[in-house]
Amino acid sequence: MSQRLDLPDAEWRGVSRKYSVVEVGGLIIFGVIATIATSIPTLITSIQWLAAIPISLAVIFLINIALTPRRVRAIGYMLREDDLVFRRGLMFRRVVAVPYGRMQLVDINRGPLDRAVGLSELKFVTAAASTGVVIPGLPEQDAEELRDTLVALAESRRAGL
Amino acid sequence: MSEPVEPAEPAPALELSVPESARRLADGQWHRLHPATPFLRGGIAFVAIIGVIVVNARDVFLDTLFGGGGREIRFLERFAESSLILLAILAVVVILLLSVGGFYLSWRMHTFRITDELVEVRSGILFRTNRRGRLDRIQGINISRPFLARLFGAAKLEVNVAGQDANVELAYLGSAGADNLRLAILQLASGTRAAEAAAAASSAPAGVAGLVESRVNELLAPELDPNAAPPESIVRISIPRLIGSLVLSEATVIAILAGVGIITTVIVTGEYGWIFALLPGLLGFGGYLASRLTRSLRYSIAATDDGIRVGYGLLSTTNETLPPGRIHAVEVSQPLLWRPAGWWEIKINTASQAASSSGATAKTTLLPVGDMSDVHRVLQLILPSLADDESRALLEAGLAAGAHDDAYVTSPKRAAILRWFSWRRNGFVLISDAVALRKGAIWRSLVLVPQARMQSVSMHEGPLLRRMKLAELRVHTVAGPITAAIGALDRADVVRFFDEVAHAAVHAAGVDTSHRWRSSSEDAAALAEPGAEEVSETTAAAEASASPEDHA
Repeated sequence: MSQRLDLPDAEWRGVSRKYSVVEVGGLIIFGVIATIATSIPTLITSIQWLAAIPISLAVIFLINIALTPRRVRAIGYMLREDDLVFRRGLMFRRVVAVPYGRMQLVDINRGPLDRAVGLSELKFVTAAASTGVVIPGLPEQDAEELRDTLVALAESRRAGL
Repeated sequence: MSEPVEPAEPAPALELSVPESARRLADGQWHRLHPATPFLRGGIAFVAIIGVIVVNARDVFLDTLFGGGGREIRFLERFAESSLILLAILAVVVILLLSVGGFYLSWRMHTFRITDELVEVRSGILFRTNRRGRLDRIQGINISRPFLARLFGAAKLEVNVAGQDANVELAYLGSAGADNLRLAILQLASGTRAAEAAAAASSAPAGVAGLVESRVNELLAPELDPNAAPPESIVRISIPRLIGSLVLSEATVIAILAGVGIITTVIVTGEYGWIFALLPGLLGFGGYLASRLTRSLRYSIAATDDGIRVGYGLLSTTNETLPPGRIHAVEVSQPLLWRPAGWWEIKINTASQAASSSGATAKTTLLPVGDMSDVHRVLQLILPSLADDESRALLEAGLAAGAHDDAYVTSPKRAAILRWFSWRRNGFVLISDAVALRKGAIWRSLVLVPQARMQSVSMHEGPLLRRMKLAELRVHTVAGPITAAIGALDRADVVRFFDEVAHAAVHAAGVDTSHRWRSSSEDAAALAEPGAEEVSETTAAAEASASPEDHA
């Protein structure tokens, strides 16, 4: 397998390893629900081959869970002089660069699983919906610091729409 | 230059009339709308109902006087004989008074004001609404004159600010007042301070502002429809081209195919019921044609000092002014059937989106149909930085037929599996201060994104692209019909371009001052220069094209 899409000489800041717990937790919950829901037809009708659906679903979720630590390590962000660069994805890699001045607002979200391990998710919103910079798995303290840094940087480089 | 001589004569008159009325409306105080507003905003139905009642009453009256009349009339007579008539008349009178009062009140309560910073509208009797728009976020000012409003000499002024359906609507104003008010708002928004503007206007109408005012005044001269055919419109859509562009559209082909299909079915099966299956499609097709037609009839596009003015419409006219730097992405595209004729279409993304889909299409189609020279003129107008020869050559390469081996960085040969016909065309380049993405061999298009408007840039790869060492590049802009994305490019190229674009975007955003496009004198000079040149150039061109005709 050839090397993944990346920026040359980039120093990525990773997210907390604990974020794997959140991801795995979410995957387990959804995996169990989906597997149970799709196995209902087999149990009711007792048609053997219908069992293929929940089994394949369970396998997909298991592979996903196994890959989670690597996927979490693939998430990275970088504060360059004038822009924020964010990268994520193993199979489908995405690298996005947003100038600080383009910031419209910064969101900090905490889901129940995030709260359990003390993490936050930071969302950088621009005027373009497709920008989609959501940095998950930041320790609460870091998230708030990063938010303040970003707001300050955006303020000093304010641009129009 | 003949320009400064021209406004010298009518100057004193305009100096008093135009800025005076406009300044009066834009002085920061609360003002009311056109008195006919309630009727234009839906009171027409009310007038019609009253009309019907009056006509019927007259019939009854005449019939009772001269005898005769049918069964209904006799019923009414019996009804009239009873004492109920008094109550009924009373009720009608009360309802009439209430509605007139309500209309009057709603007109009284509907006020607007324009300050240096914002435009604000208050309306409603029971449910009060208050809407403010920031002037430095103006994305465009639209003046539309629906047919009925035109009869009353009224116009609707819509100030579009950035956002989904975020428009401050001043409906209705006096027709001439609307034009002046737009000018005044644009001047306030451009960063020319109100005091400065006033001083400039009162001392001498010299310079650019005076020129614009005189231009507007000239345009206002034909009383009914001032902007119908501005003398400096740089593109004219002739009727044959308009009809040709509609006939040669893909919608027509689909409609014909559907028609042929249905007729064959009818002939084969002998069931005439199938014909009704055509109806919904026919209605949709008719609607599509009608919307394209209204968009293209009496179309005009021209440079003013406060942006581009686009006007269209035959009975209901609309004309919109887009201040500089409000266009976030441009796409020049060519439907397959237009290729023999060499016609192109230009679409744009702007930060303000209309709620209705038909309004949105109308707004985002900047040039409904035009040939190559029209396209270049319009592109020069909306992206003045691409006016030099080098950029022009790149733009031409971006639109030309067999374009390869040029400045565009195109897909490698191995990408031919993903881009069968277009891999040689599929490419990107930085033109001056815009990103250009060239795509498609069958449906050709060229997407241009000004770097100063770019929100962010991203690169993508999936499992397939990775295996082929390819990647996709996307430039993010505000939502609109254009998605600036280009796939199946060499990975190294994409990474390099990503970096280049990211840096260029930061730089461009830093030097961009178009949200207050005339704020500081230096920037104003730099920004106004191309615009001013544009005007004189186009008028010169118009004169040049007009003079031979005059002589002939």
